[in-house]
Amino acid sequence: MPEKVRVATASLCGCFGCHMSLLDIDERILQLVELVSFDRTPLTDIKTIGECDLGLIEGGVANAENVEVLREFRHHCKLLVAVGACAVNGGVPTMRNQFSLKACLDESYVSGVGIHNPGIPKDPEIPLLLNRVHPIHEVVKVDYFIPGCPPSADTLWTFLTELLAGQPIAFPYTQIHYD
Amino acid sequence: MSHSFTLDGRELPFVPGQTIMAAAQAAGVYIPHLCHNPDYAPHGSCRVCLVGVGRRQVSACTTPVTEGMEVDNNSEAVQDNRRAVLQMLFAEGNHICPVCERSGNCQLQAVAYYTGMLAPHYPPFFPRRPVDASHPDFIIDFGRCILCELCVRASRDHDGKRVFAISGRGLASHLVIDSESGLLGDSCFAVTDRAAHVCPTGAILPKHKGFERPIGERLYDREPISTVGDLRAHEDEVD
Repeated sequence: MPEKVRVATASLCGCFGCHMSLLDIDERILQLVELVSFDRTPLTDIKTIGECDLGLIEGGVANAENVEVLREFRHHCKLLVAVGACAVNGGVPTMRNQFSLKACLDESYVSGVGIHNPGIPKDPEIPLLLNRVHPIHEVVKVDYFIPGCPPSADTLWTFLTELLAGQPIAFPYTQIHYD
Repeated sequence: MSHSFTLDGRELPFVPGQTIMAAAQAAGVYIPHLCHNPDYAPHGSCRVCLVGVGRRQVSACTTPVTEGMEVDNNSEAVQDNRRAVLQMLFAEGNHICPVCERSGNCQLQAVAYYTGMLAPHYPPFFPRRPVDASHPDFIIDFGRCILCELCVRASRDHDGKRVFAISGRGLASHLVIDSESGLLGDSCFAVTDRAAHVCPTGAILPKHKGFERPIGERLYDREPISTVGDLRAHEDEVD
């Protein structure tokens, strides 16, 4: 039996909606695990990444940890894919790019409505925020993009099955949307 | 005497003086476009309607057809350049489709689907541009403006008001509003203006009805713009 394709996934500055959409393939996941084995991913809770064939990245890049995880994925994955609007173009979190980081932190932790014990968190365990939120292709080379907020389960299924079958990837019209 | 040219190898008639876009539309052939609207003078600014003529690519909305002209509307080279133009439009503005009320009814988005754009490719600018919600019936998000000047042309040529203009040059070009404060609410802009209904993006949006029609059931959610047609043909459903 040929060795299974190793797949890793991560959610950077995302909402886990794309991972939910992947789980939304329902019972087809049984077909999927016949073909792939999961490495680092929130689905297995494995925290470190090994050598992988395919990396799926959800979410944009908003803090120092996102940069580190993304670079690690690029280093270990033969094929890296931006999954969903945030990975593709930064998505909803880029709305904060309209304001300075200081203004965002002040609004959230100092002067916003309903704040008790105002003060910007500075625990060293909390990753530092970047000045702006970025799509992942601004940080590493990305091999493929799947838009959508989130991409539907059928879109992800089309992508995975055609990729695993070694075919060119072609989506029906209704499977590509930016919202 | 009848005149003809060929579009993707198909012989089509034209009337002297007609642009490639007009002749193609008369024959029912779709050429993707954003700044083109047959109600107003051609503008040629968005460059999405690029077609191949000889060894050059020209904008179909401003180039007159000539006898025997051979036009390429479908080759990979033409589609690649259209897609690149769209990617630049997306990278230059703030087009966050998941939060835009126009999503699904958006011509910019629909044309990008048509060309097979999966991602904006270029590093995004994330320009800091304000939202103007001062008008009781309409909102303007300048971050979504692609400078097509359709609102400028409609307000000037149809409404006779000149509510809008483009100010600045090059990268600094931006939409401005004719009122002392610069706000839409202080201008003479009205719901009944044509300028209120020609925006091909989510830059000029009607208030209070953004999600009347759910995502998934909107104009371009199921069928491509080449089949559905422009927003112009569906205004009752959108605005």
